[in-house]
Amino acid sequence: MNIKAKLMAAAALAVFAVPVSSLADTADKRIALSNNYAGNSWRQAMLQSWATVGDKAVEDGVVAVADVFTTSENQATEQAAQIQNMILQGYDAIVVNAASPTALNGAVKEACDAGIVVVSFDGIVTEPCAWRIAVDFKEMGRQQVEYLASRLPDGGNLLEIRGLAGVFVDDEIHAGIEEGVKEFPKFKIVGSVHGDWAQDVAQKAVAGILPSLPEIAGVVTQGGDGYGAAQAIDAAGRDMPIIVMGNRQDEMKWWAEARDANGYETLSLSIAPGVGTLAFWVAQQVLDGADVPKDLTVPFLKVTQDSLDEALEATPEGSVANVEYSLDDAKGVIADAQ
Amino acid sequence: MSGRYRILLPVISLAVLLAAVFYLQPRAMSYFGLNLLFNLAVPIALATIAQMMIIMVNDIDLSIGTFVSFSACVTATFLNDTPLLGAAILIAAILAYAAIGALIHLRELPAIVVTLGMSFVWGGVAVLLLPSPGGAAPGWIRTLMTVKPPLVPMAVVACVLIAGVTHVLIMRSSTGTLLRAVGGNTKAVARSGWSVMKLKAGAYALAGVFGVLSGMCLVGLTTSADANIALRYTLLSIAGVILGGGEFTGGKVSPVGAVIGALTLALAGSFLSFMRLSPDWQIGAQGAILILVLAVRLVFSRRGRKWKGAENG
Repeated sequence: MNIKAKLMAAAALAVFAVPVSSLADTADKRIALSNNYAGNSWRQAMLQSWATVGDKAVEDGVVAVADVFTTSENQATEQAAQIQNMILQGYDAIVVNAASPTALNGAVKEACDAGIVVVSFDGIVTEPCAWRIAVDFKEMGRQQVEYLASRLPDGGNLLEIRGLAGVFVDDEIHAGIEEGVKEFPKFKIVGSVHGDWAQDVAQKAVAGILPSLPEIAGVVTQGGDGYGAAQAIDAAGRDMPIIVMGNRQDEMKWWAEARDANGYETLSLSIAPGVGTLAFWVAQQVLDGADVPKDLTVPFLKVTQDSLDEALEATPEGSVANVEYSLDDAKGVIADAQ
Repeated sequence: MSGRYRILLPVISLAVLLAAVFYLQPRAMSYFGLNLLFNLAVPIALATIAQMMIIMVNDIDLSIGTFVSFSACVTATFLNDTPLLGAAILIAAILAYAAIGALIHLRELPAIVVTLGMSFVWGGVAVLLLPSPGGAAPGWIRTLMTVKPPLVPMAVVACVLIAGVTHVLIMRSSTGTLLRAVGGNTKAVARSGWSVMKLKAGAYALAGVFGVLSGMCLVGLTTSADANIALRYTLLSIAGVILGGGEFTGGKVSPVGAVIGALTLALAGSFLSFMRLSPDWQIGAQGAILILVLAVRLVFSRRGRKWKGAENG
């Protein structure tokens, strides 16, 4: 083979190889995370997941950098300025957990106009040029009733523990539960209290309403309140209903203990703080030229009877069950939305 | 002498910060970059001028942040849907501000308490208007805030305009002199036959006007509003006035300095962000910059006094 033929072969190889090696396309891309708040365990876990996945991606040469910026005051105008700074810093993609769904729209639009990919998650933005990875809280409520229906074919009375009154998330999960009860009419909500997503508040509220309630078959919750409910029902000397849990460490610990003692069975579901890493991979995919729909939905992180021990072991005390998403997970979410 | 220092120091601190930002991020040294760096400082500058009006008459306004949020909500809802009604609401809000000023003077109430109370009123009304974030910026405000004038970006033009207009109003006009006198020596103004109540109401009304303008500008930049959008403006505006050479004792203010102070504060945030400082340290660092500038000012004013003493002696 002479040199000319070798060159021809190399050129031919290059032509065929380019569309296949999609990872190389983003090797020089820079992604930044704009985060509005870092003051609770969920956000801390989120930042940690981002660091783990981001550092690995940089090491593997998938992207050039994956920087994190957190605003100090959790204020929309501050975050808008932060995003404008990121435009100046020349990032190719900005992943946002927004302080306000609307107040960042101007800055997000500036970023889009500068050719930057903006992916929002958890705290999403309404600006149409950005991608949104939203949580389907309604579905989260509905699935709880669906699970109870699979366990209790004859239905029964339900106690609903709601979150913080007046917050959008509380309304959404509540609406989903109502929807679920309509779908499975054998269930009836006989009592409803606000547990404010905190186990001590939930315990007090449930203890207060219990004496007025008939026998309860199941408790639907919003997360963070299951352990308190179990404590209150236990203290009242009642039969333990099926309490749907919300992935908190104390809830899973109680569940594991009850399972070991008397074979207690339930389901736990919530949103993993690692959703930030899903947003990271979605941004990477958009940069890579993939066709990604603007609205994506976060999958729930479910802990079942089988995965309980594993989840409990991996969750630090006082924290929430977490999962770091991979590129394939992101591709799956994108494919689902298409 | 001291009057000249008053404006010199803010200018120097802004120049130093700007040089540092340009060094860290050369991309900022362009039409596009300057606009990005400063466009969100325009509503802060307006809020700072509003705060300056209050500090000028020897009071302090703890409600300016929520008032700007309220104005932003009105702008994104009523002013957009029914412009006449929106304008009427904003004018009523300005009159309310004037009434608060008159009330504070008549009943000799501490402004800090009244405005703190009012901050809950404005905040509450804002939540009533816009229970969940939303609304839309009226097209003409959006156009105004994204206009691209030749050579100099909008943010810089707007800041120069704000500084110029308020300088003429406060430092050059006779009304401005009277307003400053209310803060400097209320009794002297009263004895020479002026109605202090009217003047104070006027100063508060001016603060209301600039607060409303700040809210409108903010919505023009963000495209929609949120009931909590401008809460941090309360403290930023106070810091801006002081950084710009104003003093809490009343009467001693500098409109040009206040605008520069607001720009410096906005720039300090960007500077720390470009430095890639960990967010845990950012609040502290922002405070440190503030203290540094004020410390330098103290040194200057002490030395100024010493020189004066030497001249006299």
